[in-house]
Amino acid sequence: MLPDGKKLEYQNKAEEYINKPASLGEDIDIDDYPIPEEDQVGVSSISEVDEGVRESMKDVGMELEEGKSSGTYYQLDNNVLMSEMYGDIEVMPINQAMEKYDLDDYYWNAVNIKDKYTARTELELTKGYFIRVPSGVKESIPVQTCMLLGDERKSQNVHNIIIVEDNAELHVVTGCATTKEIKSALHVGVSEFYIGKDSKLTFNMIHNWGENVHVRPRTGAIIDDGGSLVNNYVLVSPVKSIQSYPTAYCRGKNSKASFQTVLYGKKQSKMDIGSRTILSGKNSSSDMISRSITEDESHLKVRGELIGETEDVRGHLECKGLIFSDDSILHAIPELKAKKSGLDLSHEAAVGKIAEEQIRYLMARGLTEEEATSLIIKGFLSLDIEGLPPNIAETVDNMMEMTLEKAL
Amino acid sequence: MLEINNLSVEAGDKLVLKDIDLDIHEGEAHVLFGPNGAGKSSLLKAILGDPGVEVISGEIIFKGKNIKDMPMHERVKLGIGIDFQHPPRVPGVKLGELLELIGDRDKGKVKEMAVTLDLDDFLDRDVNVGFSGGESKRSEILQVYAQNPDFIMFDEPDSGVDVESVELIGKKINKMLDKEKKPSERKKSGLIITHLGYILNFMDVDRAHVLYDGIIACSGRPKEIRDQIIENGYQGCIECCQMERS
Repeated sequence: MLPDGKKLEYQNKAEEYINKPASLGEDIDIDDYPIPEEDQVGVSSISEVDEGVRESMKDVGMELEEGKSSGTYYQLDNNVLMSEMYGDIEVMPINQAMEKYDLDDYYWNAVNIKDKYTARTELELTKGYFIRVPSGVKESIPVQTCMLLGDERKSQNVHNIIIVEDNAELHVVTGCATTKEIKSALHVGVSEFYIGKDSKLTFNMIHNWGENVHVRPRTGAIIDDGGSLVNNYVLVSPVKSIQSYPTAYCRGKNSKASFQTVLYGKKQSKMDIGSRTILSGKNSSSDMISRSITEDESHLKVRGELIGETEDVRGHLECKGLIFSDDSILHAIPELKAKKSGLDLSHEAAVGKIAEEQIRYLMARGLTEEEATSLIIKGFLSLDIEGLPPNIAETVDNMMEMTLEKAL
Repeated sequence: MLEINNLSVEAGDKLVLKDIDLDIHEGEAHVLFGPNGAGKSSLLKAILGDPGVEVISGEIIFKGKNIKDMPMHERVKLGIGIDFQHPPRVPGVKLGELLELIGDRDKGKVKEMAVTLDLDDFLDRDVNVGFSGGESKRSEILQVYAQNPDFIMFDEPDSGVDVESVELIGKKINKMLDKEKKPSERKKSGLIITHLGYILNFMDVDRAHVLYDGIIACSGRPKEIRDQIIENGYQGCIECCQMERS
């Protein structure tokens, strides 16, 4: 429960912002997308779930066999399909967590209500998950979460909170998607991450939306002393529009945030995706890497921002892109903002084409031009992700492999 | 194995090879000498089918087929391999992954070769990314070994490589070209470009040619020609050769 008056305070703020467009991305009339009805359809086993839904889940990296996760949270529209915990990691729907715990230190702390999407999530919440890793618990098997939209022209407004207490470790594999028959929809997802002292969170997310789906994630992470966040994001299938700018607050000393983003713009997709780290903790650091490709008539804005609030912080930002179509636009916007002397921030950005020399080299090894091109593209989009335990690295590799195979 | 007749080649509208004739039989290794700009690399490109050069006349017969108009990757499938002088970096493509894709040999054998080339720690690394000159050269040898072609072209496998590596690479090439087998059992053929000729101390080569200004100006015994070049320079070597002919 929130303290008296707190809920009202958030609701008042939300009322104030409910018509305010976001500062980035095209404006969406949210009234076109009512929230789906709640009809309890929880299942005790994933096998009870409709096969089409399961396929959509697999397409965003969910491994549905037993024993593949240390906890699961699967949501379809406004219904929790499964919410299970198999060990010490607590997993439950956010509304239950709100009743069970005082979440005042977590609810709307890493993300603010500042536009119509966050406002609506407060006013018309359609659940979301709560994950808490108690102090000292380190689990190398991932928690799997999946948010699915299967209701035509509806809006999902979820609020997720992940708390990794001190000296703990959590790996999350998450997928968000519309089911195959959905033509248009709106997904709004507020995600707040709290990473305790000397703790670690890796958050691996794959999106797979339809060509007429708008997506507005709002993500913030607060990282304490010695804590680290690794955030991997993959979107290689068409979407109507997506705008997101996840932000890590490296407040603790020696805290660290890494963002790795892989984007493939197709058809008429409009993507405006960034990552931002605010380095205010002594000796905190951040690496942000993105790889993007545009083809067809897609428009991509790839943003990155490093803000150095104090001395002795380090950050590096790398944006690389390939543009394949004259009707597409690839716009890289790396930004550095330094507020103190004695820090070290850098960026590099490059947009270009596949080097002919590389294609010829691989063809001289017997690959056809198509095989060579697709191998190079796959290589370009594959990120070597550091700091993951081997099984998670393998999971992420497999996720990448699978989504890229489909994309190419 | 390979028969080139009257081959003329242009690179960027410039005639770089004129009426070249070259015959390399099964089991033979030939070496190609020549100053910079003589057209050595263009000849390899023409044989390989690299679109960077254009064959304007003549024929290239490989295993009895005229491959002049065949695309590069099909020539490779037919059994032509190349060891590049300056291979490009291919970020994101692991050496091990590439070896599996192009490999025709048993994986265990390729792995063994990687160990003897001191490249076993490189299989998880991106092809040529951050490789030193010598490492790239050895990686080329490893890739060609995995491909197991019948006819292999080596474009300066010894340039920019330390003395010890030259010996290692020379011996590996020797092995790949069946030179450790009895002459009657040799099935592989090769064409090696080298500037220095030092690598020839570790290899058995059957015949040498000097490419000069787009023509094969001289052919003969490898070590004799090399010694001539070292003593009298390319010009002197060719004059000597022409005197012998007349």
